[in-house]
Amino acid sequence: MKKDNKTKSSPDMRFIIQKFSVPLMFIIICAICIPLSGLSANMLINEIVTRMGRNAFLILSLLIPIMAGMGLNFGMTLGAMAAEIALIFVADWQIVGIPGMVLAAIVSVPISVLLGIFCGKILNEAKGREMITSYIMSFFVNGIYQLVVLYLMGSIIPIKHGAIKLPRGYGIRNTVSLLSMRQKLDNLLAINIGGVKIPVLTFIIIALLCLFIVWFSKTKLGQDMRAVGQDMDVARDAGINVERTRIISIVMSTVLAGFGMIIYLQNMGNIATYSAHSQIGMFCIAALLVGGASVDRATIGNVFLGVILFHTMFIVAPKAGAAITGDSMIGEYFRVFVSYAVITVALIMYETNKRRAKKTAGQQLAEAQKAEEAGAAAGTTQADNAGKEKA
Amino acid sequence: MNNERVPLLEMRNIKKDFFGNQVLTDINLKLNEGDVLGLCGENGAGKSTLMKILFGASDISSTGGYGGDILIDGKKVAFSSPFEAIAAGIGMVHQEFSLIPGFDATENILLNREPKKGNLVSEVFGDRLDTLDRKEMDERARKAIEIMGVSIDQHMMINSMPVGHKQFTEIARELSKDQLRILILDEPTAVLTEKEAEALLDSIRGMSERGITVIFITHRLHEILSVCNKVAVMRDGVLVKEVPAKEASVEDITHWMVGRDVKGGGTAVKSRDFSNARTILNIEKLWVDMPGETVRNVNLEVKEGEILGIGGLAGQGKLGIPNGVMGLYEAGGKVTFDGKEIPLNNPRKCLDSSFAFVSEDRRGVGLLLDESLEWNVAFPAMQIQNKFLTKYLGGLIKWRDEKAIREVTEKYIDELKIKCTSSKQNARELSGGNQQKVCLAKAFALEPRMLFVSEPTRGIDVGAKALVLDALKKFNRENGVTVVMISSELEELRQTCDRIAIVSGGKISGILPASSSVEDLGTLMLSNVI
Repeated sequence: MKKDNKTKSSPDMRFIIQKFSVPLMFIIICAICIPLSGLSANMLINEIVTRMGRNAFLILSLLIPIMAGMGLNFGMTLGAMAAEIALIFVADWQIVGIPGMVLAAIVSVPISVLLGIFCGKILNEAKGREMITSYIMSFFVNGIYQLVVLYLMGSIIPIKHGAIKLPRGYGIRNTVSLLSMRQKLDNLLAINIGGVKIPVLTFIIIALLCLFIVWFSKTKLGQDMRAVGQDMDVARDAGINVERTRIISIVMSTVLAGFGMIIYLQNMGNIATYSAHSQIGMFCIAALLVGGASVDRATIGNVFLGVILFHTMFIVAPKAGAAITGDSMIGEYFRVFVSYAVITVALIMYETNKRRAKKTAGQQLAEAQKAEEAGAAAGTTQADNAGKEKA
Repeated sequence: MNNERVPLLEMRNIKKDFFGNQVLTDINLKLNEGDVLGLCGENGAGKSTLMKILFGASDISSTGGYGGDILIDGKKVAFSSPFEAIAAGIGMVHQEFSLIPGFDATENILLNREPKKGNLVSEVFGDRLDTLDRKEMDERARKAIEIMGVSIDQHMMINSMPVGHKQFTEIARELSKDQLRILILDEPTAVLTEKEAEALLDSIRGMSERGITVIFITHRLHEILSVCNKVAVMRDGVLVKEVPAKEASVEDITHWMVGRDVKGGGTAVKSRDFSNARTILNIEKLWVDMPGETVRNVNLEVKEGEILGIGGLAGQGKLGIPNGVMGLYEAGGKVTFDGKEIPLNNPRKCLDSSFAFVSEDRRGVGLLLDESLEWNVAFPAMQIQNKFLTKYLGGLIKWRDEKAIREVTEKYIDELKIKCTSSKQNARELSGGNQQKVCLAKAFALEPRMLFVSEPTRGIDVGAKALVLDALKKFNRENGVTVVMISSELEELRQTCDRIAIVSGGKISGILPASSSVEDLGTLMLSNVI
């Protein structure tokens, strides 16, 4: 009862809590886990900064399909695979450092574009079910990726270096070392503030992408995407080519995800050939949702808040778990569990909000009816009063 | 007007049929620049179809096109898509809003016609990467709004706008097109308050002065008289009257609209008098949130044993009443049946209280399309009343009684003359009329005490129509079932029902005996149209 009174007196507060419930939950989790983990502030900030540089670009690539109304989309996984293939080639050609990364980016573009067009065409056949369709499709394309990497590379596609190839003569090893590129981007122009290494160049690239996204939303294409995202039928009636616009948004997402994956892998220093891309979509989507995004709305702010909160939890949860139970596996388990839970909760909340909006329409109708009756009653008394006053 | 001049728009002998079903016959119409034509007619009279033909809607060409010619400036045109019609200077504002909810008025007015500025990137990648020229957009939108002579906030989001402003935004979008010469307004005032409607009428006069020809479809007849210079009345796909507005009155138009061979009779039944019968169903203060068929504050008493008709124009809420009572859409208020209150928003409780409902949406709600007729007929009875089941082990295991199911299905196939290959045929393979009969059989098999039938004859041919209506009457007379029948066709209600309630503006505007004249009912229908 008390609670009711409180929420009634401040509907704004209630609205804010409802809107930001997922980020708030994570702030609480982090606030509990940080002291338990026993990590120093310096170390924690260092880790968060590193992971921000590593992941932000990838997560930003999710924004454009959301703008076009295609929801949280696993199309980015395809871009990640394209980037891995490009990096394997570049590693084989032994082009090192930043030039190697730029070359990998260039090689990844045509692969990303092709996969993006394929993905976009299929998603156009499955409007409204983009999330699950793209998720399953990422498994399918993973199969093709494995075929290429495991059987075709070295046998049909020339791969020279034995360090990359499996001993049997074809196929790529489980891990491809990117030692020649390792953190080359991060270290160039890096500065050190109070023991925290800040990868300035990486951040500049991320900032440029943010600027690009802001600029893009002001272009005609960006405007079209927003229109398509909100109502495909209206957009189509206005003469916008809905299908093509949606495909472009997916292609942009896969290309950007490819670049993001290159940044991610140069930071890691090696490619886990068969698993690097497998969970990347899941973690990026979870991070974005933790940042307060929903299926139909996500901003650059959501990306950064999400990276910070989600990865803080990632860092501290295993340590905190180990401190409590004495078993570090529990934290490892916890973070995978949490990312699935976040996605599930966010999806459920999206549906309940939609239903709630529908319910309020009915409620408004009932209120209007009441008001009308009250108005009619008041009208007669008012008329009476007016009559009296005149008299 | 000067008849020597080549008219801006001329329609010659326009004909249209949907798969042999003639909906428009020989429509001839001439409009000059600046004319304002008021087009009226009952639902299904063919107004929308005519406008769709003019606007090049895709469902016209996909159903075999139309007969006759459309001429603009004396030159023959044939639009295969709305975009061609728009390019030729025709604009249309539909009844349903075609707006992007999260965009503001300016963005919607200039949707996909935004003024742009080139930049370096667009030089390389094409003009879709031009940036939008916001200043120019504001300027153009402001001008379009100005033409209308109303004040709406250009930067307000559509989803926080009152309905009237949404309507104005749509009209402004058409007005912002430089090539606009003919504007079709399909019931634009339906959602407006009186004051807003007045403002809209003013702006129509303004458009006419600028030489824009307006075709104005409305059910509010006084609006036609106040703003139009020509009135055209359609009935059953024929243009029955085209006169200068000066020579028409509201009574005349109402008469033309509904006055099909009234004198020739056609009221087959004498309505029975139930005024002394007991009230079996009592609806109080019902509201229903059914999109497009909102019901507001409806009170209605249904007498035991009667057939009560509910009529009214589309979108006025007549369909909302049965759908709300049966719990298919969010509803509130109080419904009492036989002294017991029936909870709303709970279809199962309604069915348990021996209600049955034949929905207007027979393919979506009414039938299991990919199942046999037997299943369709027996399924609800099996599910709700445990009929057609044989029990074993004291009811622990229930087995379908296939024999009983076949018997009852065959009985109804016989009774309702359902054309099918066998009782095992899938419902999808039947024609519309026969599907409707299956829906009825399904409701009859429930042996309800109270039956709601919504638009039982929609989209079925004349023969099936008579059969369906007779079956309803027979079911009512022989089993003493109270029936509430909702239909858009007054004539049909007059032939079948004992009393007719007319819904207008989401409310009951009056209840008359079925023997009342079509004119009286028609007047009620138009009384407080919103």
